[in-house]
Amino acid sequence: MVTFMAAFNSPTFYKKNFFQLCSPGLGNEEVDNLKQTQTGEFWRWRESNWVNEKIEWRNSRYITVGIDVGSVSSQAVVMCDGEIYAYSNIRTGSNSLDSASAALNSALANLSMKLDAVNYCIGTGYGRVNVPMSDRTVTEIACHARGANFLFGPAVRTVLDVGGQDIKAIKCDSEGKVTNFLMNDKCAAGTGRGMEVFADLLSIPIGEVGDRSLDISEEPAAVSSACVVYAKSEATALLRKGLSPNEVLAAYCAAMANRIIMILERVGIEPELAITGGMAKNKGVVERLTRKIGINPLKTAWDSQLAGAIGAALFGYSLCKKGKGRTTK
Amino acid sequence: MLVHHGYSDGSGNYFITINSEKCDACGACINACPANVFCIFAEDENDPLNDRPVVSIDQEKRNKIKYECAQCKKCGKDSILPCLIACPIGAISHSW
Repeated sequence: MVTFMAAFNSPTFYKKNFFQLCSPGLGNEEVDNLKQTQTGEFWRWRESNWVNEKIEWRNSRYITVGIDVGSVSSQAVVMCDGEIYAYSNIRTGSNSLDSASAALNSALANLSMKLDAVNYCIGTGYGRVNVPMSDRTVTEIACHARGANFLFGPAVRTVLDVGGQDIKAIKCDSEGKVTNFLMNDKCAAGTGRGMEVFADLLSIPIGEVGDRSLDISEEPAAVSSACVVYAKSEATALLRKGLSPNEVLAAYCAAMANRIIMILERVGIEPELAITGGMAKNKGVVERLTRKIGINPLKTAWDSQLAGAIGAALFGYSLCKKGKGRTTK
Repeated sequence: MLVHHGYSDGSGNYFITINSEKCDACGACINACPANVFCIFAEDENDPLNDRPVVSIDQEKRNKIKYECAQCKKCGKDSILPCLIACPIGAISHSW
């Protein structure tokens, strides 16, 4: 019984089996939503991993890994000669070391390749000093610029990374080299974590926040502060006043967009604009931002949260080409 | 590369901007600053393919620059800061 309960309580078992067992026939998204309603964890977004079956890693010259341990999410990307071979995107736990390993293990889970085949591994992000398998660390600023250059093409000049707890505005050249940047990491206002708190407050699954904030008849005034603490009390006041949850979300998304614009304007907005990080998936914020600055952000088929880890793996590839990589068996 | 170290909060923008392209890591600002906010990084943490040393703001002080710099900022906007005087190539600027 004890072992059963232990297995039942382990997050992976819970995630993978329980809801699928309880609700066969539901799609991933529906399972997510059902799970969120049942557990009350409305902030919980879907973790993922992926493998490019077309790439044969044995034939590649350099295999590089980028691990981006952020404050809220962690990603690992495996690249073969600068092409994405596998990736994973998971939630950062309370321990950066574990999160880095978990992200890498998740990326390597379905591969025949082992870690000793890797020529270079770079750690980046907030928890980069705690990536035990990394050969060196690079700031997430450099990595996001490089990653955005890969994901969105060389026309990108302004990269906006809205992460879990900070906002970075980066200007870069056609090679993805940073020319001007600014990071606001003192205050988490207008970041992903703030949005998670809001999703929980209003009992709306995080994946629906964007759509529902746009599903309103009239745009409400933005809450005066994107500060998570103040906005929360302001939102409660709005709910009490009789605004619908959708309208409250709209007011908060608008406040976030305003906050992001303030930071963007400090480095100057130059097209093309690319948005990386989890907030790029929130239509409510992105559309309001687009409306205000009048520039359409570029789109990508890849997960926008991967930009940092992709950049790190690409730097690893460049360093390998400079002869700094490990020799492998 | 223009590197803005600092933060913006409800009361304003507090950034020290260092032009890392211009900066040759001579260290004059480090000696001039009474609050020791500057330090030399052996390699540019934001440009991994460049092995040149560069001046940056002490990691510990980035989030309290407003207070660290207060002793030089006391005379208001017109005061000329020791770090700006010391830098022979004008690579440093302040946002407030």
